[in-house]
Amino acid sequence: MSGHANGLERRAAMATLLADRKDDLLVVPGLGSTTWDLAAAGDNDRNFYLWGAMGGAAMIGLGLALAQPDKRVAVITGDGEMLMGMGSLATIGIKQPANLAVIVFDNGVYGETGMQPSHTHQGGVDLLGVARGCGFTDCLDVADEAGLAALAARLSSLNGPLFARVLIEASDPPRVLPERDGTVLKNRFRAAIGLKA
Amino acid sequence: MNAPAIDWPDKLYKTLKRAGVRQVGYVPDAGHARLIDRCRADPDIEDVVLTTEEEGVALAAGAWLGGQRAVLLMQSSGVGNCINMLSLARTCRFPLLMMITMRGEWEEFNPWQQPMGSIVDPVLKLCDAEIYRAVKPDEVEGLAERAVQHVFGDERIAALLLSQELIGKKVWVK
Repeated sequence: MSGHANGLERRAAMATLLADRKDDLLVVPGLGSTTWDLAAAGDNDRNFYLWGAMGGAAMIGLGLALAQPDKRVAVITGDGEMLMGMGSLATIGIKQPANLAVIVFDNGVYGETGMQPSHTHQGGVDLLGVARGCGFTDCLDVADEAGLAALAARLSSLNGPLFARVLIEASDPPRVLPERDGTVLKNRFRAAIGLKA
Repeated sequence: MNAPAIDWPDKLYKTLKRAGVRQVGYVPDAGHARLIDRCRADPDIEDVVLTTEEEGVALAAGAWLGGQRAVLLMQSSGVGNCINMLSLARTCRFPLLMMITMRGEWEEFNPWQQPMGSIVDPVLKLCDAEIYRAVKPDEVEGLAERAVQHVFGDERIAALLLSQELIGKKVWVK
């Protein structure tokens, strides 16, 4: 199987990131694997799962972060989804939302479609360098358990837009499918943060 | 003789304020220049310049998830960039208000604007958007109000098309 060698296991990585999750952390995954990973870590009304809208996760995160400045927003997406919306890193970079983290589970492959190599495969595009160039104030390269723990801790004390690349092994664990009705997901999310459903 | 002062961009701004819009995503366009300036000068509005229009569809969805109203400003060429992302608004019933300055129609000098400009109406209709087209200055505000009601009253999609005749032709040779 192609993809990054020595990467972290994705389900365990997601579980570690959210182990001490508080109610004021709102999570937007990307379509595909990170949505299944987030569902596997435990369903939560403050998750807004994406089954589509490829390339849009980070911008949904920005709109949400601007609207809810007292909460923290974590976009946790894959390298392919991030590559499709790479311009949004520029948009977020100049907007400088203090409460937004964009975390990319980078396995170097398009896992949902047959493990075809992505642009980040084998030393290709460096998303961390892209984020840095776009003005993300904090850029973390996460490749081991200690790095994951440090990133998890940072999620509770964001101070400026954070970007993290998490090196993930190319694997395809059994899918864990969350609710897929978009209006249900939207209404339960809004209700969970005290808005009219 | 002086041309009559153009006031419809200011009326659009007032409509957005009355509607409680707090986030404005835009890809700059000359026809929207005054409205963009007004929004940028407003401390109660988050102005978000986008690299491509589809970012604004996602931005508006995130804003609504967080309890805020957003608007997306763009030129007609940007509509084509939004098509797949409009699935987000349609699937989840996110309110989406678009204000679109038209190119490729009345007095267009640049033929490259014509292909996309000519299909804005049918493409947006296929995407479940309600279309409001403004041609005369005195109808802009009323149509904008109706679009606001359609979008935020019932979590729907609407596009206010600001025709090229309304905006005036682009000056190519100065």
